[in-house]
Amino acid sequence: MLDAKIPAGPLKEKWANHKLHLKLVNPANKRKYQIIVVGTGLAGSSAAATLAELGYRVKVFCIQDSPRRAHSIAAQGGINAAKNYANDGDSIERLFYDTIKGGDFRSREANVYRLAEVSNNIIDHCVAQGVPFAREYSGYLDNRSFGGAQVSRTFYARGQTGQQLLLGAYSALMKEVARDNIQLFPRSEMLDVVTIDGAAKGIITRNLITGKIESHSADAVIMATGGYSSVYYLSTNAKACNATAIWRAHKRGAYMANPCFTQIHPTCIPVHGEYQSKLTLMSEGLRNDGRVWVPKNVNDKRDPSKIQLSERDYFLERKYPTFGNLVPRDIASRSAKEICDSGLGVGQSGMAVYLDLTDAIKRIGKEKIAERYGNLFEMYEKISGDNPYETPMMIYPAPHYTMGGLWVDYNLMSTINGLFVIGEANFSDHGANRLGASALMQGLADGYFVIPYTIGDYLAQNNPIEMDLTTFPAFREAEGQVVQKVSRLLGSKGKRTADDFHKQLGKLLWDKCGMTRTESGLREALNQIPSIRQEFWENVNVPGSGEDLNQSLEKAGRVADYLEFAELFVTDALNRKESCGGHFREEYQTPEGEAKRDDENYCYVAAWEFQENAEPILHKEPLKFESVNLTQRSYK
Amino acid sequence: MEKKLNLKLMIWRQSGPKSNGQFETYKVKDIDVSMSFLEMLDVLNETLTKEGQEPVAFDHDCREGICGTCGAMVNGKAHGKLKGTTLCQLHMRHFENNETIVIEPWRAKGFPVIKDLVVDRSAFDRIISSGGYISAKTGSAPDANAIPIPKENVEQSMDAAACIGCGACVAACPNAAAMLFVGAKISHLALLPQGKVESKTRTSNMVRQMDKEGFGNCSNEYECEASCPKGISVSTIADMNREFLFSKTPPKS
Repeated sequence: MLDAKIPAGPLKEKWANHKLHLKLVNPANKRKYQIIVVGTGLAGSSAAATLAELGYRVKVFCIQDSPRRAHSIAAQGGINAAKNYANDGDSIERLFYDTIKGGDFRSREANVYRLAEVSNNIIDHCVAQGVPFAREYSGYLDNRSFGGAQVSRTFYARGQTGQQLLLGAYSALMKEVARDNIQLFPRSEMLDVVTIDGAAKGIITRNLITGKIESHSADAVIMATGGYSSVYYLSTNAKACNATAIWRAHKRGAYMANPCFTQIHPTCIPVHGEYQSKLTLMSEGLRNDGRVWVPKNVNDKRDPSKIQLSERDYFLERKYPTFGNLVPRDIASRSAKEICDSGLGVGQSGMAVYLDLTDAIKRIGKEKIAERYGNLFEMYEKISGDNPYETPMMIYPAPHYTMGGLWVDYNLMSTINGLFVIGEANFSDHGANRLGASALMQGLADGYFVIPYTIGDYLAQNNPIEMDLTTFPAFREAEGQVVQKVSRLLGSKGKRTADDFHKQLGKLLWDKCGMTRTESGLREALNQIPSIRQEFWENVNVPGSGEDLNQSLEKAGRVADYLEFAELFVTDALNRKESCGGHFREEYQTPEGEAKRDDENYCYVAAWEFQENAEPILHKEPLKFESVNLTQRSYK
Repeated sequence: MEKKLNLKLMIWRQSGPKSNGQFETYKVKDIDVSMSFLEMLDVLNETLTKEGQEPVAFDHDCREGICGTCGAMVNGKAHGKLKGTTLCQLHMRHFENNETIVIEPWRAKGFPVIKDLVVDRSAFDRIISSGGYISAKTGSAPDANAIPIPKENVEQSMDAAACIGCGACVAACPNAAAMLFVGAKISHLALLPQGKVESKTRTSNMVRQMDKEGFGNCSNEYECEASCPKGISVSTIADMNREFLFSKTPPKS
């Protein structure tokens, strides 16, 4: 039976009470504990820095050449907090409710409340660290609005909020490196987690420069390895983002929760060629001032400026007058898809809609718009060759974020003792759809303000090992398996590249398990994945050796894991016979075409247990709502 | 139909840090002008792989100009000739049919080559580690609005904070100086009241580390500013010098 370990008592007091009851490690004993942190995005960096400040010994691993380059860096729009500086009626309760509702009532109430509760501390801390958040002329902090909220609670640093927050966390991390509290291992990829007597005691890594397979032991392991959007091949994620770490942990006993909950972001630059390697997001912040539209008439190929107001369909404003262009992401994406599928899409491929800031430019001037979105406009122009100050941008949805991930309890511990999972890599806070500017909030909440408390409780109950366990059989065995897998990949001298297989898998998933899903489509995908996987192992070509930098080998290993993960991903989508948030099953919709939940049968977290050579086992964690009423989400 | 390009690429190939490198010539055909430069290299690498050759190693990640991972000298210019642009955001529409493109790694003592176009920029991490932070511990902060900061200062601070740490400034500088990188961090923090407190020690420690890593000195060529994909101004170097000059605190030993 899955125990989420949600503390007793009223929702508002749970976290405070829990903190009071958590066991502590005394300051002198902290340095006896070794903690491993894998991943240096917002969650990983903030956790590592904070734990090191507390006095623990920390080893930090990342696949990038520097921890500063983790993909959190690319987050543009902002970070939410319930500061209510705008005096527009915001509160912890409202942020909590918006997040629960935005997630279509598929997240854990207690976790979401805690997230809203610590949101304000994050802003305070980031300002103290030197994050240059946007300010008003008074010198006080400025806010903007994001989808799914009717208040302005989003703090931002131009269109580079993720960058600034990550540089803050990275600098805190580097400060602890200088003080020898953190040992840093860049260009290292985690390839397995090692358990002894059912508890995580270390990891196996590959040094990406020398190819050396290494073992590292610790008292606890924290994974902050991000999401799996790039299972679709084309996504807004960085090229190195992958599911290898979470998949290997899953195979060692960590349950995978709600993998079918993926977020397709509505405002991305449309696909424009077969060779394309990634998609680029245009911040949701643009929907504050931008209006989304298509021509009312099919085949209206005129220049957008020639199309009169009366000939345009501002479909989000029409369908959702209350929230308008600021409906949550899943709804905005699906609406764009529907419009394009009905033949009204624009651009060469017809798979795009306009995001038009002309009205805002007229209203507040080009200068003000440039101040808010200048860098985004430049980026758009570089990629598309069009100037968005003069002609409306074209956008289309793209895979962006994954709400699913490794299952964790309230303490952020997975089903493996001592293996903690934070940030996008876990499943906990966003339910079936994440609201904009909430990923940064969750990553930093987990790293700065949750894990430092909860991991202490675990450590306090386990004596420090104070020795190197890497000579133990469990490590030798795991290392041997990793070596074997690497050499199997290097022995593959077939005719196709790893990217080729990745594209094939990605296209299949995008078609069958993307913005909308059907039973038959999912079954078809489930049939095809094993044969792609089989061909991969028979026909992939991995050049080079294992003894130096070999990017082809890295890629092939990640694709191999995606080819296994994909099956679970589709299985979960097939199991969930309801529509909720980003998971839209065509069979289950309201007469107006909105997602239709089935609270009676699917109000649970689907946590999957891995079985070697057998179907995964489904464990259900029922979601109990004590303080909100489950309603049909309405943004009309 | 969009234009297609045929190109001759001269690429620096070097199998490891200690081996000698050399230029190799490759031809790529039918390159779509809407491809990014890195997508063009992907096309080359896919072909090389299928032919059983080892692809060209190059660093890249976000491919949207923010992570700072990618970078190479393209026809002698860091990140190529387009101003304010990282290599991943340089698109092939800026090249001519039948052009020869010379592609080299960053060249600097502080950035040893690892393989082909990949260099070791860990010196930047060590410089940040020497002082590029505000020592605020988690949990100790007052309310975010407790200290108002003039909008102008924050805007200037943000201009400097936009640095992505790609290393183009070093690669473009005839002295391989890292002063734009260091100056940007010093300015970013010194312009904020929170960062002012440690500014002097920060500056002397960072400058000392910068020298230790083997980076050169500034001789006012302004090549760094010209090559910076984020438009960081050389005035940050002046800020650094000013902070350094008035630094009363001896560096930490």
